Amino acid sequence: MSMRSKWFGLTSLTLGFAFLYIPIVLLIVYSFNESRLVTVWGGWSIKWYGKLYGDEQLRQAAWITLRLGILSATVASVLGTMAALTLVRHGRFRGRLLFSSMIFAPIVMPEVITGLSLLLLFVAINTDRGFLTLTLAHVTFTMCFVTVTVQARILSFDRSIEEAAMDLGCPPWKTFFLITLPLIMPAIVAGWLLAFTLSIDDLVISTFTSGPGSTTLPLRIYSAVKLGVSPEINAVCTILIGVVAVGTIGAALWQKTRRTTD
Amino acid sequence: MTQRAVTDRNFGELPAAETKPTVSPNRGRLVVVAAPYLWLASFFLLPFLIVFKISLSVPELAMPPYSPQFTTQHGWQGMTEFLGALTLENYWRLYEDPLYVASYLSSVRIAAISTFITLLLGYPIAYAMARAPKPWQPVLMIGVVLPFFSSLLIRIYAWIGILKPEGLLNHFLAWLGLIDRTNPIDIFNSETAVIIGIVYSYLPFMILPLYATLEKIDISLLEAAQDLGCTPTGVFWRITFPLSMPGVIAGSLLVFIPAIGEYVIPDLLGGSETLMIGKQLVNEFYVNRDWPAASAVAVVLLIVLVVPIACYQKILERRLAQPQ
Repeated sequence: MSMRSKWFGLTSLTLGFAFLYIPIVLLIVYSFNESRLVTVWGGWSIKWYGKLYGDEQLRQAAWITLRLGILSATVASVLGTMAALTLVRHGRFRGRLLFSSMIFAPIVMPEVITGLSLLLLFVAINTDRGFLTLTLAHVTFTMCFVTVTVQARILSFDRSIEEAAMDLGCPPWKTFFLITLPLIMPAIVAGWLLAFTLSIDDLVISTFTSGPGSTTLPLRIYSAVKLGVSPEINAVCTILIGVVAVGTIGAALWQKTRRTTD
Repeated sequence: MTQRAVTDRNFGELPAAETKPTVSPNRGRLVVVAAPYLWLASFFLLPFLIVFKISLSVPELAMPPYSPQFTTQHGWQGMTEFLGALTLENYWRLYEDPLYVASYLSSVRIAAISTFITLLLGYPIAYAMARAPKPWQPVLMIGVVLPFFSSLLIRIYAWIGILKPEGLLNHFLAWLGLIDRTNPIDIFNSETAVIIGIVYSYLPFMILPLYATLEKIDISLLEAAQDLGCTPTGVFWRITFPLSMPGVIAGSLLVFIPAIGEYVIPDLLGGSETLMIGKQLVNEFYVNRDWPAASAVAVVLLIVLVVPIACYQKILERRLAQPQ
């Protein structure tokens, strides 16, 4: 590789990563700002975090968000894995095109449309909006991400192991639980984490499908942001970024150690 | 059973598998197909049909604020009455109202400009990633994906603090002496701010598919071209870029499609002057409480997006069909 292209690569990576990370770093730094003015630096302080801890509404919103994320990611993982198995193993069946369209469309569908349509469904069947409707909505828009993750794994592993088990008389359901499931487990875990992060981050679909008693953390942050920039919001955002960063890096490292032990 | 036994025998000695009649796997298989199918049909497909139906209704001052309601109580006659009461009026209103037409056009324009800028910024990054030393590549990959995992709302909020007239960007420029502190540049609440927000938020979506195709390109092809006297620029435009075309298309669709319907970014960074259809839809629904109009906006938006979404799905299915 020539010297010039090496410099070109280094420069574009540096600038690119600066663009990606500077806004987030600034946001984190200013959450430790002593001054209430968000653009004036008044020295280091953690007082905004202390204020957050005393905020009952915020704690409740965080709790709802966490429960919602765990529940919907779990249901989405089960359904998404089933969908991936169907798409890979069932070849052609009647309604396959419709099925695969329904799987892939939510990934790129504008959130306003998904949110609006779910809300209109809940109104049409006379269901009060709340934790249940939020869960249904979150499962629906996250399961496709699990399917895509798991599908790639099912395609890449060696089927002869399954065939060997079946040839030796293992019934199909047992083969699935003893052979297939452990093999695709890393992908399911990765899919679960993806679904979980998407769920705890979601704003637009939650706006449409949440009710009075089920305000999630992003909804709370959003209504605060509409009123302007404040160091408390910076502090909440910093905590969320920290949780997601630890989760993502942890998942990546875990997958890496698994791969080396395989 | 007998027919099954005969076909099974063709696979060789399978006494154990034959002794148990296989009912449960078929039932199990049915559940595996049916559960996600029914879920998506009820919570993805059915809601769209409802949106479509409401877009053909008339607004009412009741709850729910549209009519006719669909009921099965009145039998066949009720059905025909129901169908007779449907109307295309909402679509006609969209067409007649210059605000809607302008919103659709400006959404497409903003999304197209943002997609192009994202491609210009993302390509060199993806290229450098693909040419980086092998052990570094997974680390760089996580580095690109990580900001995407933090909430869109948080990332846009970070930009509010930067772009505001009294924000960090103007402080920085004044500190450099490039602008006068009393005369800050004001791009907050403008289309420029929305484009910056979209480019920033969707950059990872562009980089990842680009990286995936660039990384697969065989270096010996490039070397061969260079040995035969092709200039580096020539190698790029004649070999690298054409070979990376699938990544360019996939990345552009991944940015363009969601950007058109974007709501949070124009709402927080665009101010009142920036017209985007996602914002219009939410306004119609929550502010004007005109559900039939909001539904019609959604249906038209979906029609605009059907072709790009179908293209994207083709690409995704093709990529998943070939084992890595």
